[in-house]
Amino acid sequence: MLRFFIIALLSITSVYAAIDTYEFKDKDKELRFHKLSADMRCPKCQNQNLADSNAAIATDLKQKIYLMLEADKSDVEIVDYMVERYGDFVLYEPRFNAQNAVLWLGPGVLLLLGLITIIWLTRRRDNKNDENSESRPELDAKQQKQLQQVLNKGKK
Amino acid sequence: MPRLLLFIPLALFIALSFFLWKGLSIDPRKLPSALIDKPFPEFQVAALLQPERMLSKADFVGKPVLVNVWATWCPSCRQEHEQLLRIAQDNKIDIIGLNYKDERAAATNWLRQLGNPYLFNIYDEAGMLGLDLGVYGAPETYLLDAQGVVRHRHVGVVTAQTWVELQAMIQALGVKQ
Repeated sequence: MLRFFIIALLSITSVYAAIDTYEFKDKDKELRFHKLSADMRCPKCQNQNLADSNAAIATDLKQKIYLMLEADKSDVEIVDYMVERYGDFVLYEPRFNAQNAVLWLGPGVLLLLGLITIIWLTRRRDNKNDENSESRPELDAKQQKQLQQVLNKGKK
Repeated sequence: MPRLLLFIPLALFIALSFFLWKGLSIDPRKLPSALIDKPFPEFQVAALLQPERMLSKADFVGKPVLVNVWATWCPSCRQEHEQLLRIAQDNKIDIIGLNYKDERAAATNWLRQLGNPYLFNIYDEAGMLGLDLGVYGAPETYLLDAQGVVRHRHVGVVTAQTWVELQAMIQALGVKQ
């Protein structure tokens, strides 16, 4: 039984090895390759990144990333190359531009609007409370006298 | 507070619902080409039917053309083939074939059996021209103007309806020049 398990486990690793066919001499490049192919989206099967996708186009793009890395291109150059051909769509983290400015800035603007509204409402409420208590017009001595007279009249 | 202000949340809700409802009818697979209004990439690739002939952009620049990306492994390409033949018969615009990641023998056979609507075919065996063009699957059809600038991309099968739309665009190109 144990032997069976060991054989099963060994065969699994060999399957994984067959998928990962890109060989790098440089460990750093390999890490960059995994990062790039995980951060880019497959144009064909849209909810997968390049690393996960087996679509023909994803294989081509991974191959291209591999070749560009081996040609000592920088990450920025590789990303620019892909965006030039497939648009911002290939990036899982889109860059800021005029088209998506609303999406980037919208939440901040809404938060700010909310804060302003809250401040405005509380200020207004405070003013109202003031009117009810302290800001009631004070009576001067003459008026006090008149008031007393009116009140006393009722008693008689 | 004016009473009308109380309707702001309702108005926002209706606006949001409208956009969500609109979103349902958008096909997420129809991506805008990143190459719209940009020149068709330069290339130097062999022809499909005459392997010794090298093709380049100079072979079709000068008048508007359709570039149709196709392959024998692509069932939708078979589906649109009839329509492509009809477009070729209409004789309003030339169709350039971009045979994408295909086998030469199979593609040659296909054209012999089903008819050849193309002026010529670019044999892009490794798919590298397709990559430069931003192709992500077949069939795709591009409309280029006389300067070789990409004006429109159609993803999927070209139908009679597509051809009507394309004709309007071709006419618009003709007026501009």
